[in-house]
Formats: sequence, C-alpha cells, structure tokens
Amino acid sequence: MSTAPRLIEVRAKILKQNDLLARELREQFRRSGVYVVSLVSSPGSGKTAFLEKLLARLSANHRVAALVGDLATENDAARLQRAAPQVKQITTGTVCHLDAQMVEKALEPWDLNELDFLFIENVGNLVCPSSYDLGEELRLVLLSTTEGEDKPLKYPTIFNGADIAVITKMDLAAAAEFDLAAAHRNIQSVRPGMCVMEVSSKTGQGMDEAISFLHVQLEASRAAAAQKVM
Amino acid sequence: MHELSIAVSMVERIIEESEGRGGLQVEAVHLRLGVLSGVDKDALAFSYEIACEGTFLVGSRLVIETVPLLIYCDICKMEHAPESIQQMDCPQCHSPSQKIIRGRELEVAALEITA
Ligand SMILES: Nc1nc2c(ncn2[C@@H]2O[C@H](COP(=O)(O)OP(=O)(O)O)[C@@H](O)[C@H]2O)c(=O)[nH]1
Ligand SMILES: [Mg+2]
Ligand SMILES: [Zn+2]
Repeated sequence: MSTAPRLIEVRAKILKQNDLLARELREQFRRSGVYVVSLVSSPGSGKTAFLEKLLARLSANHRVAALVGDLATENDAARLQRAAPQVKQITTGTVCHLDAQMVEKALEPWDLNELDFLFIENVGNLVCPSSYDLGEELRLVLLSTTEGEDKPLKYPTIFNGADIAVITKMDLAAAAEFDLAAAHRNIQSVRPGMCVMEVSSKTGQGMDEAISFLHVQLEASRAAAAQKVM
Repeated sequence: MHELSIAVSMVERIIEESEGRGGLQVEAVHLRLGVLSGVDKDALAFSYEIACEGTFLVGSRLVIETVPLLIYCDICKMEHAPESIQQMDCPQCHSPSQKIIRGRELEVAALEITA
C-alpha cells in the first residue's frame, strides 16, 4: 500500500530565533540610549586598528565599550583594552561568525544604561556574518587598500547587507596600486547609494569625519528613541 | 562555513513545526533560498544530512528552490529583476534607489509528508 505524499505549507524562517533575539537587543539598546556599531571584514583588513583609534578618541568624552569576536585568541581585546576599559572577547571556537545569543550573553554583566557607544568586532570573515542580525544599529563593512578593489564584487552579500563601507589603510593605497575609483564603483554596484568613508589608522586620515559621523548618529538615534516614548 | 550552523537551526525549526502539528512523517523538506541569503546551496545540502543525524529527519530529502532577486524602483514605480547581485541598481533607469522585495529568503516553505 502506498500513500501519496502531501505538502504542508509551513513558511518557517530558519533564523527566526536569532532574528527575534536581535530585535529584542535592538529595543534594549534604544531604551538604554547606547548606539551600537558592528564591524565586518576579511581577517586583517584593520577592524581592530580602526577600533583602537575610535575608542581612544571617543572615550575622551563618551562612555564606550567593545565586544570582539575571534576564533581562538584574546589578542584583539588586549589591544583594545589600552584604549578603553570595557572590552570583552567572545571566543567562538570553530564558529565563523557572531550571533545574537553570543552578544546577549557577553553583555549580561554590563549595565547598558552606563554606555554611549558599543562596538562589536565580528569574526574576520566576509561570508558567514552576513546572515546574522546582532541587533546593531549600524553595520560597517571594511575593505583595505591591500586586498584589491574587486572585493565588493566577490562578496556582494556582505556589502549589500552593511550600512556603510569603510576603505581602510589609505596610507598604503599608492603602494598597493589600489584603484580607488574602481572600488567606489564596485561598492555602488552591489549596494547602490552606500555611504563610503576612507580612513587610515596609521596616519589618522578620515578619523575626524568618522568621529563626527558617529556623534551625529548617536544624537539622531537618541532623538528618535525619545520621540517613540512620547 | 556557517552552513552547518544554519542546517542545525533548520532541523530545530522543522522539528518544532512538525511537533506543533502533532508529529509529522517528513519525507522531504522544501526550502526557499534567496540569492542574497548569504548561504551556499551545496554546502547547505551537505550540512543538512549531517544535521539530520540522530533525529527523525534522517533520510529526508532536501529540495531547494533558489529565489531570484526582485527590487522595487522608486523612480520607475515598479518592480525589477536586477542583472545580478553584483549589479544591483535599477536595470531600467539605473537609479540607486533600492528596496529588496525578494532575494533574502532563508525559510522552510513546506514539508512533504506521507499521510
Ligand atoms: N599601514 C597600515 N596598516 C594598518 C592599518 N590598519 C591596520 N593595519 C595593519 O594591518 C594588520 C591587521 O590589522 P587588524 O586591525 O588586526 O585587522 P583585523 O583582523 O581586521 O582586526 C595589522 O598589522 C595592522 O597594524 C592602516 O591604516 N595602515
Ligand atoms: Mg581584529
Ligand atoms: Zn528604475
């Protein structure tokens, strides 16, 4: 006896749990008035170096903290700790991305009301982090001048899912024969209208702009949250 | 490779859906996978088999439907299919306005069961 197979529609989002938790985190960040920025890139593009500079500058007038994802080591956290006191490493083991649950767990001991900015450095990887919402308000994707201007075309999904592209190691652009115009073209091709920053953590190029941009974002986000409460 | 994590979440979701319906005999799982989902089809199919081990889904088939891109252009006031995920502007007016309507799907669409 054979029975005909039947199709049952379910329409179940696979990452529903992560998405729900990320949404809760985002709400919590809004309520606490902390502006959360995540960073993704290939390994070695300069996420930690950029963060070191940002933390050092921002911590003069703001309460800043950082979470750093890494497969195995705690080196990045040690580097960042010199710039800001509240830094925590999330060691992911074999997992090649952060997810909302790891972020929630890492944040448990901290009082978010005591913070203005929280930065989350994702595991160095241009593929895996793209599917996971972390509840951040802003996602930066970094591209260094030494890794070639065609990166956006090779990894369109991660560029498309980010809010801002940051071209790092501008001090090395000439030596690496980096085609800046082509890089901008490629970014616009995979994410039309994307805002792009050019920075160097070595010379400090672009850091003033990055800092004032973050200030504006923090104020705007707090104003929006206040409106929502009224 | 994050497809194994995705496959594990997927198996958990299917078990949840199946149990919510009083326990189903799942023969096949129909998946909708957008071209911008960030998930590789072959790697996922491979990981799915591993994730099924030790669950009642062992031996079930995975049928993957690839969902192409669809954007809405604010200038043309209509939906368009961009040339590729490397060329995401409006294929008609080339404006950067971009609202993704389809292409990010990562969902179990249906379960095929023997009733
Ligand atoms: N010349 C130069 N080197 C940089 C710059 N930013 C980072 N680096 C170097 O690039 C390497 C990787 O940087 P790191 O911040 O650890 O990258 P991450 O893996 O993305 O966190 C380190 O040796 C840094 O010193 C930069 O703006 N200019
Ligand atoms: Mg780092
Ligand atoms: Zn158009």
